[in-house]
Amino acid sequence: MERQSNREGIKGMLNPTRYGIERVAYWLQRLTGLGLLFYFIGHVIETSAIVNGKAAWDNMLELTQTTEGHIILILVIGMSAYHTANGIRVMLGHGGIGVGKPGTPDYPYKAASLNYKQRASIWISIALAIIAMLYGAGVLFGD
Amino acid sequence: MAAISPKMTEEVSQTAVPTPKSITLMISKFNPNHESSHKFVEFKVPVQKWTTVLDAILYVKQHLDTSIAVRYSCRQASCGSCGMKINGKPSLACYTKISELNSDIVTVEPMSNFPIIRDLVVDFTSLFSSHKKLKPYIIREDSEIASDAKEFLQTPKDVEEYLQFSYCIKCGLCNSACPTMATDSSFLGPQALTQAYRYVADNRDKGKKERLKMVDESHGIWRCHFAGSCSKVCPKGVDPAMGIQLLRGYLLGFRK
Amino acid sequence: MIKMRESVIMKIHYGTALGAVALVAIHILFRMTQNFTVSLQYENVIANYHLLPYSLMLEVVLILLSIHGFNGLRVILLELKQGIGYEKIVNWGCISAMTALVAYGSRTILMAGMGIS
Repeated sequence: MERQSNREGIKGMLNPTRYGIERVAYWLQRLTGLGLLFYFIGHVIETSAIVNGKAAWDNMLELTQTTEGHIILILVIGMSAYHTANGIRVMLGHGGIGVGKPGTPDYPYKAASLNYKQRASIWISIALAIIAMLYGAGVLFGD
Repeated sequence: MAAISPKMTEEVSQTAVPTPKSITLMISKFNPNHESSHKFVEFKVPVQKWTTVLDAILYVKQHLDTSIAVRYSCRQASCGSCGMKINGKPSLACYTKISELNSDIVTVEPMSNFPIIRDLVVDFTSLFSSHKKLKPYIIREDSEIASDAKEFLQTPKDVEEYLQFSYCIKCGLCNSACPTMATDSSFLGPQALTQAYRYVADNRDKGKKERLKMVDESHGIWRCHFAGSCSKVCPKGVDPAMGIQLLRGYLLGFRK
Repeated sequence: MIKMRESVIMKIHYGTALGAVALVAIHILFRMTQNFTVSLQYENVIANYHLLPYSLMLEVVLILLSIHGFNGLRVILLELKQGIGYEKIVNWGCISAMTALVAYGSRTILMAGMGIS
């Protein structure tokens, strides 16, 4: 008999809670990835104004060099920093680096792959994103 | 005849028995044959310091509602039968004490990402079929059964390479916690992928190439993103996330 | 068309990521060679496009990021829903979007670099 799949669905995939910082890191990696993709598409389109001459370029700058535009850019800076740093952690993890070594499990059966190196790297990625955003805000709003 | 001292007959136990407190156990009830969605039914259950979630469910089944469907067997985290979501997190009911949940309301639901048979019982067909697909046995041409052959020797170091991954009790908690399993019905799942690594890491096995080819698919090992939730919930210390990344290391050329 | 192994696609995904990180860092540093607002003025931007190595670098960044970004989107979409028809649409849709973005961006780089406006 065909049974209902009972999958958590997108709500389960998007829920960053319940499973610790590593799940939050996964969720942030997806979110920042999508955010950066959409920004990239917008960036390619906005910069194409250069081929239409100085007036078109200045028009584009008037739209983007605003407070809202700067806030978006600051978010993009943060997203890039996080996605890059966490991406490097994930890439190394995918190669088996930093995930611990197999051994004999013993109570309380703590997973060796969810070690302090992974947690520290995630927090460092978040910290780098915050620092980058603060620096970006300084440059953009400091002018 | 020696006289029995009256004091001896009056002896009472000095051990203080703690007064049981009560918690509210909310059990998800759902019969897919008759209902369209699940509902939570509340039960007041007396618990002691040592009461497990399984004890509480069986109390309900014995005294309050005999129709609760629940799968269990060993009661000691060996068989993997009693996996369910306890307060939103996949756990073994026999291995989770009510006292460690730090809550007077305990919610139990069937594991996510498995079809529901009834109430807390889920269908393991897809887990078993993914597991079988990856050939969970030693692949080699010769065998230990030939009359003049010796058993295959392994040093303790050889055994340690795969030992923890052999501890898997197929409880399905990892598949329930996995964010990819939440949406991808074709994904092999952490359990099957880890068992693939268990055999690849076993130096008696000669099926590495075959297994690597099997996991190198669009819904295979590459849909794992190292969220680590599988390892977070594994009750036996198998650490599926480690197994999967180590397996992927072969495909990426980090390991030979 | 020959189907690429998923391991090859993912190696490309990782490679484009590392390449893009390095080159985007250079791209951003170019904006820091002057005051940020001044560096965005039309004349300064056009001057950047007229530098052949910089234009080539921009082209490479465009290709690397398009591949990495749309492959990431492809992975997310493939995990959300399965089925032969849907997967074909997602695969070809992402390849098309990737190609379109590279084409459009290349047009900008070419035209700006050649002084066509």
